[in-house]
Amino acid sequence: MNIDQDTLKLILRRMWIVRHFEVKVMEVHSAGEFAGAAHPYIGEEAVAVGACAALRDTDYIAGNHRSHGHPLAKGGSVNKAMAELYGRVDGYCKGKGGSMHLADFSIGILGESGIVGSSVPVATGAALASKIQGKDFVSLVFFGDGASNQGACHESMNLASVWNLPVIFLCENNQFAVTTSYEETVAVDHISDRASAYNMPGVLVDGQDAIAMYEATKAAVDRARSGEGPTLIEGLTYRFEEHSLGLGRVRRGEYRSEEQIDEWRKRDPIVIHEEYLISHEIASRQECDAISSETEKMVEEAVDFARNSPFPEPEELFEDMWANPIQQP
Amino acid sequence: MTQTVFAEALNQAHVEEMRRDESVFIMGEDIRRAVYGATANLLSEFGEERVLDTPLSENGFFGAAIGASLVGSRPIVETLTSFMWVGMDQLISQAAKMRYMFGGQATLPVVYRALMMYGGGAAAHHSDRSYPMFMNMPGIKIAVPSNPADAKGLLKTSIRDDDPVIFFEDGTISGMRGEVPDEEYLTPFGEANIVKEGNDCTIVAIGGAVNHAISAAESLTKEGISVEVIDPRTLVPLDKSSILDSVEKTGRLVLVDPAHKVCSAASEIASIVAEEGFWSLQAPIQKVASEQVHIPFTPALEKLVYPDAIKISNAVKKTLED
Repeated sequence: MNIDQDTLKLILRRMWIVRHFEVKVMEVHSAGEFAGAAHPYIGEEAVAVGACAALRDTDYIAGNHRSHGHPLAKGGSVNKAMAELYGRVDGYCKGKGGSMHLADFSIGILGESGIVGSSVPVATGAALASKIQGKDFVSLVFFGDGASNQGACHESMNLASVWNLPVIFLCENNQFAVTTSYEETVAVDHISDRASAYNMPGVLVDGQDAIAMYEATKAAVDRARSGEGPTLIEGLTYRFEEHSLGLGRVRRGEYRSEEQIDEWRKRDPIVIHEEYLISHEIASRQECDAISSETEKMVEEAVDFARNSPFPEPEELFEDMWANPIQQP
Repeated sequence: MTQTVFAEALNQAHVEEMRRDESVFIMGEDIRRAVYGATANLLSEFGEERVLDTPLSENGFFGAAIGASLVGSRPIVETLTSFMWVGMDQLISQAAKMRYMFGGQATLPVVYRALMMYGGGAAAHHSDRSYPMFMNMPGIKIAVPSNPADAKGLLKTSIRDDDPVIFFEDGTISGMRGEVPDEEYLTPFGEANIVKEGNDCTIVAIGGAVNHAISAAESLTKEGISVEVIDPRTLVPLDKSSILDSVEKTGRLVLVDPAHKVCSAASEIASIVAEEGFWSLQAPIQKVASEQVHIPFTPALEKLVYPDAIKISNAVKKTLED
């Protein structure tokens, strides 16, 4: 395995950031501290964190509605992400985007999207620009098993292959589109099998194993950066929580069994990674716990930061419509 | 000034802007062989990297243009209005909304050139004139040129603008000749063209309908009626002050719009004048827009749908009735 110890520890740190962030979001959302939907990424942390550890700051990512894990995995600001959920001026999008539209263009995070499948063409276009501009930046897009059935995915994968673009299609197969199992909606056994239709490699990865995600992504990134074109990666994972906060009518056990949930919860990606670090003497139990408590504190501070940030003033309503402003009709 | 055909004027705009700025590239279906004329010879001068023939995947390549525009490229996409439905998610969910949604972080200098192929037996699936639908969606600038000179000047402005632009090309005037300046020029957004001055009635006409308005105005002159013809040139932004000033002078308004009449550009302009210029009006506003039916194939019926000079003349006369 070609992965250094700092990266392995960074992976643990970022998984803990995402986990604590999501646990806290569930707590403050249920207390009514902010409005709207929020889609917990708990259980899927290894996918984004492992993948983003294989990227550079100058590489691009785009994501979807289950949106907090991706930017945090790429090193985004916990404070700005939390303040955005609270709809405050210090949020990533000054409160105009909210949970599903986090973005940080300064580190290549080209935005999450509330429309399933909609980011996939956008990320493909960033890869096209990278190629045309003669840069070696790669683009990686996160989408789910539900999105894999969208035409946008098919069109983008075909485009990326015929134009040999430096893009990685990373399907986070958490097995359910809200309540509908991918087994009922996907005609092949594995979404990664579809890669053969686009003449690109398709890789099925254990999405609970951050190191496996890192390695698969690193191989795809190396391919993309050296001009060998796109890769489809399927990270098989599981959504530990329900689809969305505030979607009260969907109950545990109604569309997936308690036994299935319990089985997958035993494969917690953070536990798996910590066990690896400890058994390989890369980090001690104490070090792992320290990473957890430090990042928990970061998230606590982010909540304070968000609570103390002001709401935007009414005149902000009309700002940010245009790069080259026109008179508002 | 040189007499130039509409499509050739568009071609000149591409060539000049692609020479000026190497971040500009173009993609679309069959553009290397320039089936619609505007992209002639681009491949030989600018090469395959900047002149891309796409698969038939509008949602895919409309979105790819957005992604490229976010990271420093300036894509032009050639398409037909009627194919835009297939890529609507990218146009609306991403192109129009991204900048605002991301708090101003995203800048999208992307141009969609959309050919409106109506009026020639293209039938319901190829004859759309959809600019009013996009006027309803914040975040997209809209140009609808009515002559070769404006086509060139507005396209150059569109390519240099840092916001998404949909540039609607009226297919009924693709072969229109007109004077195009020899020196370089840009036609600004949000500045209407007073095509013809007059005192009795204002006609605001859009795209190819401007020519019908001019014909109507000429025949009305012979009857002693003096008509002012205004071409807004861009619908977003819209030069409403030129329209309101003209209505203040003439007291009458006829709106001519090749789009379907319900919630048309004409509807929006009528609403603006009713709100902000009501006391200038001496007669009810008249709207001459396409009938609210689909475009029939047979020429016997298709010609009944759109605005023409006779309908416009009748509408002007109606504003002058006692």
